[in-house]
Amino acid sequence: MDTLVNISSTVLLLIGSFLFLSGGIGVLRFPDFYTRMHAVGVTETLATSMILLGLILHNPDFMVDVKLIIILLMTLFISPTASHALANAAIHNDLSKQKDDKPDDEVKPSNP
Amino acid sequence: MKDLLAVVMLLGIYSLLSASFFVAMDAVDVAFTEAAVGAGISTLLMLVAITMTGRKEHHARHKPLLALAVVIVTGSLLIYGTLDMPYFGSAEAPIHQHVAPRYINDSMQEIGVPNIVTSVLASYRAFDTFGEVVVIFTAGMGVLALLSVVRHPEDTAKIDSINHSMHEQHLILRIVSKIMIPFILLFAFYVQFHGDFGPGGGFQAGVIFASAILLYAMLFGMSTARRVINQSLIQILAATGVLLYGSIGIVSLLNGKEFFDYSALSADPVAGQHLGILLIELGVGITVASVMVIIFFNFADRRDFSPKKENKDL
Amino acid sequence: MLIAATLAILVVMIMATIRAVMGPTLYDRVLAVNMFGTKTVLLISLLGFVMGRPEFLDIAIVYSLINFISVIGVLRYSGHFTLKQSGEQKK
Repeated sequence: MDTLVNISSTVLLLIGSFLFLSGGIGVLRFPDFYTRMHAVGVTETLATSMILLGLILHNPDFMVDVKLIIILLMTLFISPTASHALANAAIHNDLSKQKDDKPDDEVKPSNP
Repeated sequence: MKDLLAVVMLLGIYSLLSASFFVAMDAVDVAFTEAAVGAGISTLLMLVAITMTGRKEHHARHKPLLALAVVIVTGSLLIYGTLDMPYFGSAEAPIHQHVAPRYINDSMQEIGVPNIVTSVLASYRAFDTFGEVVVIFTAGMGVLALLSVVRHPEDTAKIDSINHSMHEQHLILRIVSKIMIPFILLFAFYVQFHGDFGPGGGFQAGVIFASAILLYAMLFGMSTARRVINQSLIQILAATGVLLYGSIGIVSLLNGKEFFDYSALSADPVAGQHLGILLIELGVGITVASVMVIIFFNFADRRDFSPKKENKDL
Repeated sequence: MLIAATLAILVVMIMATIRAVMGPTLYDRVLAVNMFGTKTVLLISLLGFVMGRPEFLDIAIVYSLINFISVIGVLRYSGHFTLKQSGEQKK
């Protein structure tokens, strides 16, 4: 039983690390803002949940588990909402959907 | 880079990095305060300040070469001065010889609070903390004295139209914030009262409380927020915090002991210490939260006021 | 295993910082800062376990809240800039 918990905790931590490494590579190499947003937004929530679940299994103390569950719940609420808010703001300000080959620092105003 | 908004973002990352450094150095309370203040409130206040001043930095009219030379000379002198200091964490450093062992050895018997940082901040160095609280209060007074504008009475039709146009745009954010804000406020109270046993205390709790109110004000509009948080109540609360802190000292004086000697507050000295620390942390938390809210409301007030004449489509 | 995960998080934080400095538009930078914030939450939790001091979890909770509020703040106020300069007010 003990080794099962250890193995599953290690597996969860490994999956989580792989997920956010791939998210990080995605944010560097994808060509456009929206694709980068997709890479980060999807993998970030799932990776955080995996790692927190791995930590919960790793640890027998009750108070620490409660705090980890609180962080998990809050991440499940906050992370998708922040991604949504970011994408919404980008669409609302008409960020261009092509590959960005020229840097533009201005936010284009939306058409009335 | 000339874009001030990007600079604010990078400052946010910098403050997150500093908090991680403090965590790696095992300084939990400092990391807590750095996290709450540096990445949260500072970013928000600077953002609101940028809305008043404009987003691009103007071109410098002259190169500040003299200033650069002065900074380089002073910086190198300071670095030269630090070469003589003992290594980081070495046991012969003077701070580890005289004051720190006394605090670490005697804090549990004299004060009975497990968190030594709180005991030093609130009891051994209560006078310094009083100075900090007065400084924060003075900052709030300064902002009020310089930036407060006379509020015209709002007509409800304009408020309703603003709310309606904002509502569709930020619907998901509003619903999630309605779920999160009570939890953030509750967490602020937890940090406030748990500061004796874990990381926390008045400053951090006040900042977290203020950031919950600022979240509400950002998403629901300033006029709605001003109806929820009465402006004069916040100003009275800011003064009440400092008054509470100072009156603990006065009560100690009236009971025949020195200023801020908490053992005068109750029959048992250790219980008196507990009571004193509880009350002054409460005073600190109230003042910090109120002053942050005052500063934000006054900054956002200025922004709302200036382009009002060009409002056509509301 | 925990130490390996901590190192992986540090690598991802460096990647996020590169994107924050490099990103051509404002939204890339906000995305990188948001990502940095959630990775800091994880880093603090993992560091707390590695160093054997689970009190760090309070800091992790505060961080996730602060990260959320900062991102919402930036997005709320980013729409005002160019619109203000073009003379039109939009809430």
